[in-house]
Amino acid sequence: MRHIVSVLVEDHPRVLTRITALFARRGFNIESLAVGRTHQPGTSRIAFVVRGDDHTIEQVEKQLNRLVEVLKVTDHTEPHIERELALVKVHVAGLEERLEIREIAAAYRARTVDVARRALTFEVTGEPSKVESFIEQLRPYGLLETMRTGAVAMSRGVKALKPREKEAVREKEAV
Amino acid sequence: MNGAQALLQALIQEGVEHVFGHPGGAIMPVYDALYDAPIQHYLVRHEQAAAHAAAAYHRVSGRVGVCLATSGPGALNLVTGLADALMDSSAVVAITGNVPRALIGTDAFQEADVTGATMPVTKHNYLVTRADDLPRIVKEAFYIARTGRPGPVLIDIPKDVQLEAFTGAFPERVHLPGYRPTEEGHPRQIEKALAALEEAERPVLMVGGGARHAHAEIRAFAERTGIPVIPTLHGLGAFPGTHPQCLGMPGMHGTVAANRAVQYCDLILGIGLRFDDRVTGRLERFAPHARTIIHVDIDPAEVGKLVPTHIPVVGDAKQVTAELAAGARPLRLEGWWRTIRAWQEQYPLRIPERPYLQTPEVIRAFWEATGGEAIVTSGVGQHQMFVTQHYPFNKPRAWVTSGGLGTMGFGLPAAIGAQVARPDALVIDFDGDGSFQMTLQELATLVKYDLPVKVVILNNGFLGMVRQWQELFHARRYSEVYLADSNPDFAKLAAAYGIPGVRVERREDLAKGVDAVLGTDGPVVAEFRVHHEEGVFPMIPAGGSAEDMIVEDPREEVKA
Ligand SMILES: Cc1ncc(C[n+]2csc(CCOP(=O)(O)OP(=O)(O)O)c2C)c(N)n1
Repeated sequence: MRHIVSVLVEDHPRVLTRITALFARRGFNIESLAVGRTHQPGTSRIAFVVRGDDHTIEQVEKQLNRLVEVLKVTDHTEPHIERELALVKVHVAGLEERLEIREIAAAYRARTVDVARRALTFEVTGEPSKVESFIEQLRPYGLLETMRTGAVAMSRGVKALKPREKEAVREKEAV
Repeated sequence: MNGAQALLQALIQEGVEHVFGHPGGAIMPVYDALYDAPIQHYLVRHEQAAAHAAAAYHRVSGRVGVCLATSGPGALNLVTGLADALMDSSAVVAITGNVPRALIGTDAFQEADVTGATMPVTKHNYLVTRADDLPRIVKEAFYIARTGRPGPVLIDIPKDVQLEAFTGAFPERVHLPGYRPTEEGHPRQIEKALAALEEAERPVLMVGGGARHAHAEIRAFAERTGIPVIPTLHGLGAFPGTHPQCLGMPGMHGTVAANRAVQYCDLILGIGLRFDDRVTGRLERFAPHARTIIHVDIDPAEVGKLVPTHIPVVGDAKQVTAELAAGARPLRLEGWWRTIRAWQEQYPLRIPERPYLQTPEVIRAFWEATGGEAIVTSGVGQHQMFVTQHYPFNKPRAWVTSGGLGTMGFGLPAAIGAQVARPDALVIDFDGDGSFQMTLQELATLVKYDLPVKVVILNNGFLGMVRQWQELFHARRYSEVYLADSNPDFAKLAAAYGIPGVRVERREDLAKGVDAVLGTDGPVVAEFRVHHEEGVFPMIPAGGSAEDMIVEDPREEVKA
């Protein structure tokens, strides 16, 4: 099963390394990974796509939660919004192809971001499957370059990914 | 005050009294500050030993162990010790020096990416970039190391940060929004666990290292319910080994009764253990009749990791067991106990009758002579397994061994940490001739600080455990396991360090040898020459299950 998991982390150096190293060490295979800052200073949000059965996903979540800088982990199973952005550069052989390609792009609401005599570059956003299908449509013309951001995700409605509510921890005696 | 002094101040505030370490250029400001600090430093001769000593210090005292190393090679020498501490849940704070900030990333002299290298072997680590952050980081590091599932935390401090003027504050509290261990078990889950127990006909209680601070609660619970108790390698001592309800260790070299009980039980209550493969064997064939598995652990990631868990209880072993004990009722287990007693009678742990001195005899002799009052550490190998079989630990925090990583060379450094933590205790390191030679330079540490550790080398002239596997699974092709042709004279070696040596070669001299060891005031190195080709049995071959157990030595006759 394909899962998209969001992770809210403290924005410290090496946090991403910690997370990817954890995946590598535990043998979890990441399909895509997107990272960026959030509106809250000091926190970043990571979205990754991973394939696995329930047991694997549970392990991924639990292992992530062990990391000190991980504030919250969500496996988006509830209704959610998922988007990916891609830049796609395709070869244009002649006028006829140019028209066909433009027609395909229009159908996918892809924006033309660069035009050259022998190439067109598009920006497309949408569900990863739409991005995938756009790329497949253009493949026969000769793909020159593609760059995908990896999926990002958010739950629908008012629900938001927030750190667990916590108090500053009082010192406790050891032993 | 500079960063190094602030670091020392922060350590003192954490109650640190002892640290284990080895100096070098990049940690010199810390050593300079240490010169005036009311903290006793123990100079080890290899940083790996500092990490093991710190881990053992935690395991016997419950206090966080601290180790120090310089940058690059010094810090990397800690790696094995940290990995060992992570696997066996020992609370350790490691402090390493690094090259000055401006040189980081330039392949400077003795530079290594220590935070990178130790990421997979620590619970958490820090690279300190400002002296003012030091007290906060130290406070967090100690908090993380000792709470939740204990583990090692490393603090890497560039040299110029150690020298930087400190103008910061010493915080009273830690603020770690992403870290909040659950200590109290969910009451609903505890209720479910108790209900399941009442319905069980053949339950077993398995306890691991996570229960070592819960021995009183474990005992109360076990005695109230009458349940058979199976302590794992690190659980030995969490429940008295000579208690009639104790079946001994499960797993690869566990007792027949413990393994059969797990194989035929209908319920497992596991507290503070992680179902390691040395315990479970082939997972698909582990506890095939267990309809209910209840797993109590403070680390949620362990619950359900390997063994499917029906009733997970995330919480601290002490708290959860206390609640279980409070709610438990006596169980009717007469039939189950009859079965277990029959296994115990049929397959007791026997020492085969042989004409020569055997490791278990030496171990038992020490147990008898000390009344089981010692703190015991060990190397890794056959001798370690023989200790688990023949030395019934009755008290918690009296057994420190390397389980998860299985690190040869653990015994002597661990004995040092244990002796520092418990200066009045008798500390015995049961070691193999192979294991001992991996960290024997720490004899110097014994001498320097007059630590009266008794090193008992069970010299079989082989890397015995590997030899046993070669014997059983590789047609006795003894590839590169023979040591006797090049072992040192251990007594002379000890003498070179100024430590008295004892050597025993014959069974007749066993008692005298044991007396000589225990009668010596300071440190001793004793060598007991045991038979070359001993085997540890029972044994479940790797990847097998309880059904594949080899109960006794398959060799008819062992040549003397
Ligand atoms: C650092 C390290 N290297 C290798 C091993 C693999 N190993 C496990 S047991 C063993 C033999 C141990 O020999 P010895 O210490 O003499 O103990 P014995 O088994 O003879 O009692 C070896 C080599 C290990 N556990 N640790």
